[in-house]
Amino acid sequence: MISGTFHTSYQADMALRRTWLERLRLGLFIVFILAFPFLVGKKPYPIFLMNQIGIATIGAIGLNILVGYTGQISLGQGAFMAVGAYTAGILTARFGVPWWLTIPIAALFTAAVGALFGIPSLRLKGLYLAIATLAAQEIIIWVVTHWEAVTGGVDALVVPPPMVGSMRMNTDFRFYWIIWALAGLTALLTANLFRTRYGRAFIAIRDQDIAAEVMGVNVFAYKLLAFAVSSFFVGATGALIAHYRGIVTWERFTIDVSVLYLAMIIIGGLGSISGSLFGAAFMTLLPAFLTNLGRSLRGVFPAMDEFIPYLQQASFGLVIILFLILEPEGLKKIWDDIKNYFALWPFSY
Amino acid sequence: MDIFIQLTLTGLTNGMILALAALGFVLIYKASDVINFAQGEFLMIGAYMLFAAIVQIGLPWTLGIVVTLIVAVLLGVLVERFVLRPLIGEPIISVIMATIGLSSLLQAVVRMIWGSQPKAFPAFIPSTPVTLLGATIGADRLWAIAIAVVMMLLFAFFFQRSREGIAMRAVADDQQAAMSMGISVKKVFAWAWSIAAMTAAIAGALVANIIGVGPHLSHFGLRVFPVVILGGLDSIPGAIIGGIIIGLLEAYVGGYIGGGLNQVISFIVLVIILMVRPYGLFGQEIIERV
Repeated sequence: MISGTFHTSYQADMALRRTWLERLRLGLFIVFILAFPFLVGKKPYPIFLMNQIGIATIGAIGLNILVGYTGQISLGQGAFMAVGAYTAGILTARFGVPWWLTIPIAALFTAAVGALFGIPSLRLKGLYLAIATLAAQEIIIWVVTHWEAVTGGVDALVVPPPMVGSMRMNTDFRFYWIIWALAGLTALLTANLFRTRYGRAFIAIRDQDIAAEVMGVNVFAYKLLAFAVSSFFVGATGALIAHYRGIVTWERFTIDVSVLYLAMIIIGGLGSISGSLFGAAFMTLLPAFLTNLGRSLRGVFPAMDEFIPYLQQASFGLVIILFLILEPEGLKKIWDDIKNYFALWPFSY
Repeated sequence: MDIFIQLTLTGLTNGMILALAALGFVLIYKASDVINFAQGEFLMIGAYMLFAAIVQIGLPWTLGIVVTLIVAVLLGVLVERFVLRPLIGEPIISVIMATIGLSSLLQAVVRMIWGSQPKAFPAFIPSTPVTLLGATIGADRLWAIAIAVVMMLLFAFFFQRSREGIAMRAVADDQQAAMSMGISVKKVFAWAWSIAAMTAAIAGALVANIIGVGPHLSHFGLRVFPVVILGGLDSIPGAIIGGIIIGLLEAYVGGYIGGGLNQVISFIVLVIILMVRPYGLFGQEIIERV
């Protein structure tokens, strides 16, 4: 903690960034995000990676609202993203709805679907909710692959690229700004959510739901709200993916994706927005890193090529387990430890 | 009528195999309160080990089964020691995530070693068609039912009569009391995981005998969840009866309604059961509802 900070107004005390150092770090981060495409010389691959991270951040923040802040386990993110993606894709491809309108519509629809699946599951606790959301994942994907009249079944749904004014957003560079603007908006909305009574109710449910009920928090209603809000952001992620990738297939939304997002928030840090960002960055960069590692080791292990996808999947599982055993509070905790070390430096013992 | 008998027998086969895998799942839950999301992968590994033993090493199938069981026991012990024990006392979400991570890891390892193409499994149980009550069914399915029943009787005997079995029931009932009686809870956990891995391996071998071995076997294992929810997470007879019901349900829906609905009907049943009677048919009513 920085000493010598005396707040003299509620506004200053409740601000999202309360000290000059926090504001400086946030400012540096924003500058980095704004400058990044130019720093890498507008090369498509790094910008593509950052776009992936940005999209994953939105989904991870959404999931963290449910899992990290409200304490409910969900294995259905893949399916909810599919709902958002297919909704946005169908709206644009079949009905010509402008892309910027499809994102909120898809998000709202996904929130409704999430609430629907939440109703039977949220009367139960912990493990049962995980199983119920697993069932939701399977059911939704089955519906997507079998409801051919609407979703085209197992065929890919092609989405025309979005237009801003007269400019086609079909390069990574142009999408970068949209994605990171939305990611910033999501982070801001979520940070503000947890300054309101709704957010505090979520946290109360996570910490001691019986006490929350006693205090007058309608636990079932707020759990449903958390589920809906989380599904809203997850659906928005799916819609963004639909517009960014240009095609929507069910294979991108299987249970592996659900596990991936859970891994992101566990590794990044439950119950924290920056944790969601760290986790999203880590899990996005890990496969890229492993691919490069595999490629450079090709000289030593010629059979490495076929192993690389399995190596990625194995590393996901291994990384989840290792983080759970060694650092259960995730990368956020490591970052906090670093900050705290320097806060008291040189007397950090 | 023929179709009905056919579907019943098919459903019974799948159901008994699912019940066998669910047995291990319930065992782990009863003993250590952990939901094992990797049960499907245990099943798959059992099938692949038998495949490796019979096809790749060339052992006779009896010896192959022994090897598979030994590997399953080893797997259970290793998972309990290195994944579960460090997480004792952590919130339940951590343990669930650890088993989910484990399932990812095991799937990837299996694909790395054996590739992701399904392989033909040598039918160590002959699949000669047998006519029973007017319906033709492969003998391997009848053998699967018989073997599953025998395994369940063996386990029932183990839990009722043997020392280790009674110790496991004690730990499942009340860990502290069991510890004060001198029962080593760590050993019981290891036993629970090993037996679960063994039952899953046998189930995997039986399934692979019918549909071949491949990474899709772990998806078969995912259907353990509707079974244990229907039967009750902490009830062994519930697992058996739930397995039979789910197996029959899928067979009848597939046969009479079709349209691929049988793939998802068990999950719809799961959601309905959770709404109506969350502790299942035989489970204890200890689910907190807030």
